[in-house]
Amino acid sequence: MARAVSLRRRTVATIAAWAIGFLIFFPILWTIITSFKTELEAFSTPPKFLFFEWTTENYGIVQERSNYLRFVSNSLILSIGSTLVALLFAIPAAWAMAFAPGKRTKDLLMWMLSTKMMPPVGALIPVYLIFRDMGLLDSRGGLIAVLFLLNLPIIVWMLYTYFKEIPGEILEAARMDGASLWKELVYVLAPMAVPGIASTLLLNIILAWNEAFWTLNLTTSAAAPLTAFIASYSSPEGLFWAKLSAASTMAIAPILVLGWFAQKQLVRGLTFGAVK
Amino acid sequence: MATQQTRLLGKLAVAPSVVVLFLWMIVPLALTIWFSLLRYNLLDPGNESFVGFLNYEYFLTDPAFFAALGNSLKLVFAVLAISIIGGTLLALLLDQAIVGRNIVRLMVIAPFFVMPTVSALVWKNMFMHPVSGLFAWLMKSVGLEPVDWFAQYPLTAVIIMVAWQWLPFATLILLTAIQSLDEEQKEAAEMDGAPPLAYFFYIVLPHLARPITVVILIETIFLLNVFAEIYVTGTGGPAGNLPYLVYFQGLLNFDVGGASAGGIVAVVLANIVAFFLIRMIGRNLEG
Amino acid sequence: MGTIVLKDVQKRFGDVVIIPGASLAIENGEFIVFVGPSGCGKSTLLRLIAGLEDVTAGEIIIDGADAAQLAPAKRGLSMVFQSYALYPHMSVRNNIAFGLKMAGMPKPEIEAKVTKAAQTLNLTDYLDRKPRQLSGGQRQRVAIGRAIVRQPKAFLFDEPLSNLDAALRVQMRLEIMQLHQTLGATMIYVTHDQVEAMTMADRIVVLNKGNVEQVGSPLDLYNNPDSLFVAGFIGSPKMNFISGEVAGQYKAQTIGVRPEHIALSSQSGAWEGTIALAEHLGADTFLHIDTKAGGRLTVRAAGEYDQGPGAKIWLTPEKNRIHRFDQNGRTIKNAA
Repeated sequence: MARAVSLRRRTVATIAAWAIGFLIFFPILWTIITSFKTELEAFSTPPKFLFFEWTTENYGIVQERSNYLRFVSNSLILSIGSTLVALLFAIPAAWAMAFAPGKRTKDLLMWMLSTKMMPPVGALIPVYLIFRDMGLLDSRGGLIAVLFLLNLPIIVWMLYTYFKEIPGEILEAARMDGASLWKELVYVLAPMAVPGIASTLLLNIILAWNEAFWTLNLTTSAAAPLTAFIASYSSPEGLFWAKLSAASTMAIAPILVLGWFAQKQLVRGLTFGAVK
Repeated sequence: MATQQTRLLGKLAVAPSVVVLFLWMIVPLALTIWFSLLRYNLLDPGNESFVGFLNYEYFLTDPAFFAALGNSLKLVFAVLAISIIGGTLLALLLDQAIVGRNIVRLMVIAPFFVMPTVSALVWKNMFMHPVSGLFAWLMKSVGLEPVDWFAQYPLTAVIIMVAWQWLPFATLILLTAIQSLDEEQKEAAEMDGAPPLAYFFYIVLPHLARPITVVILIETIFLLNVFAEIYVTGTGGPAGNLPYLVYFQGLLNFDVGGASAGGIVAVVLANIVAFFLIRMIGRNLEG
Repeated sequence: MGTIVLKDVQKRFGDVVIIPGASLAIENGEFIVFVGPSGCGKSTLLRLIAGLEDVTAGEIIIDGADAAQLAPAKRGLSMVFQSYALYPHMSVRNNIAFGLKMAGMPKPEIEAKVTKAAQTLNLTDYLDRKPRQLSGGQRQRVAIGRAIVRQPKAFLFDEPLSNLDAALRVQMRLEIMQLHQTLGATMIYVTHDQVEAMTMADRIVVLNKGNVEQVGSPLDLYNNPDSLFVAGFIGSPKMNFISGEVAGQYKAQTIGVRPEHIALSSQSGAWEGTIALAEHLGADTFLHIDTKAGGRLTVRAAGEYDQGPGAKIWLTPEKNRIHRFDQNGRTIKNAA
């Protein structure tokens, strides 16, 4: 294990990796840098990389002009809300699948996964019409429902793979010790599954935060989250690069941080436990 | 392995999730199928009539359909190729003894967390703008004529944006897989005197076969559904894919019947992919 | 008190019969071992007694009352699991106390009981540690401690030593036997290891394909096995089985002789053979001998045997130690 890797090889690999990593990260870095420029400098040719008048005015303007905080709160409400509702449904389901499996449990899991394969365009028109007729267009409640259904299969799956790793004997020991099902879940399963539940929560907040098919098609303003807000920059405000950058930076920063924390779980969640 | 009482509780615990998912799957699908058989225009409400497969006939003979289908497939294949090949190489590189590997890894996977609308606008304006974009400046500074990406190569532009988001995904998963390669197997290969290339082809690649398949299948599902990047950059005309065409037909042209037929075509396409993916993951579940 | 009576207990999973019907009476204070090869239903039978599985039919009578339909915790039994099943997020103290807490016992009383159990099991210094900070043997003790404090009618052990290394296994075996003597409680112990069964049990229950094959004291099973299966399972090295012509001479389908009941001679004897392999254990030598009469036979010779592979040798079974079996694998009584 601990063996000397030749210094040359190490140097070459390190330089190559940092160069490629920097290139891949550059668009994000560039967005962040641009958000601190004035519009004029943002446009300047040749571009200014570090030596310009740093300013935070764009952030203030973005908030002032478009009530940015409303979109943030919509994003927060939609992503956290839909994830919490989904957990409420998924924790009991995953418990049952992991610890009291029946003959059809595996088929059920597969079927849940298959609902995820359904392309949204196949459902867009009827969902749109149903929402229109029920007055759910541009409502947070309607969108929470959609995002909840969209991510429920992934949440059930992730929790299932985490619960599966908890030895059933421990729950049986609790049963022998006289714990009711409720106490078994609260005192034994939940504390042991905290890391799993937390990472499931994290990953699904990320997915819901970035969801940009339904949020674009089912909202206009009142319930619009950041995805829709940023989309509104497509024209002609898109020409205000500094403000676009400021808005973008604020939209991706929190999720970037969460994402970095959730790397490992992301692999597991998105591959449905096939790669760990 | 449980008592009847726990099994009964289990069924009760699973039921709510199953019921809502079932409704979510079946109701819109049934309605879409139904609409696809109607002449149904939102501008002409109350005049719906049954037309059989006429919508399919129109949709499938529309040149826009073939253009969209072609764009869908090109997008999927191009991004797959970039992310799988690039991801494998990158994963191999990141598996080396690198100074500051964790930081490099953070930088590499970051694009995956960027919301599609942000990615689309940042690329379109700040990088691919024909006059003031960074690419234009780069090309001019080496004496080349700047490219107007979205006018000249709209699909390529979309592919670059989408690949930028999915390359990190492939890299992350393949890196995780490489790092799970048994240390003793590596040492055994070394004892056997396997040179690096042989080591890659005989040990690493077979080990990656499964994760690569998983990446291909999962990316395909998502890539078939790319929408925001096309919608936001306004490249729906030349580079629109199937989802965009359905959106365009239904919500911009108000032709519900035609759009629904398109939706069903997309469902069939996705199901072909899903068939393989589900079997694949199902097999993993056994192991 | 702790008597457990099984009356025709049956277990099926759908069409798969795990236990066709088991009956057994366990006395108060007895140390009973369920033994058998993997898949013989011994663990299932234990779990049926514990209440972790439903019986398909039959009665489980604990201290005179039918408990077959009671929830596990209501049966007054404690279980020590193969994996110990300690609660990883709780300290040793809380692991031991959990059952008492669930029963709603007042705090000072719990504290007193946990302290006492910890003393008995040499765990006093570890009470505030988490299970992952303990060695295998210590975890095992915590699991036992958790079982003790509830003062159960009977202890159930499900292969509790199989995750320990060989040396520790011998030590824990002794500790459990010591505990049995101290507490005088009924214990049911499941294992696939016939050495554990022989050394620990008051009575052994041999299970085969869900059937109770034979019940008896260790020596009883060793000396008078009811069937070919029991004869082959109890004793180490395994009993030699010979069928065909030689068995015919004894009016049996198959005869069996234990390796320790065969005399060796370099001049003469009943069967002629050649030494193929010799395993030297110091106190004993196990010889694997190829014979014309019965194929390869194992013989136990005391001390260091000086002949090695290739040597010609004669074998003579002890006459009254020959076991005879009919075509159904049942023992034919009355020595020939």
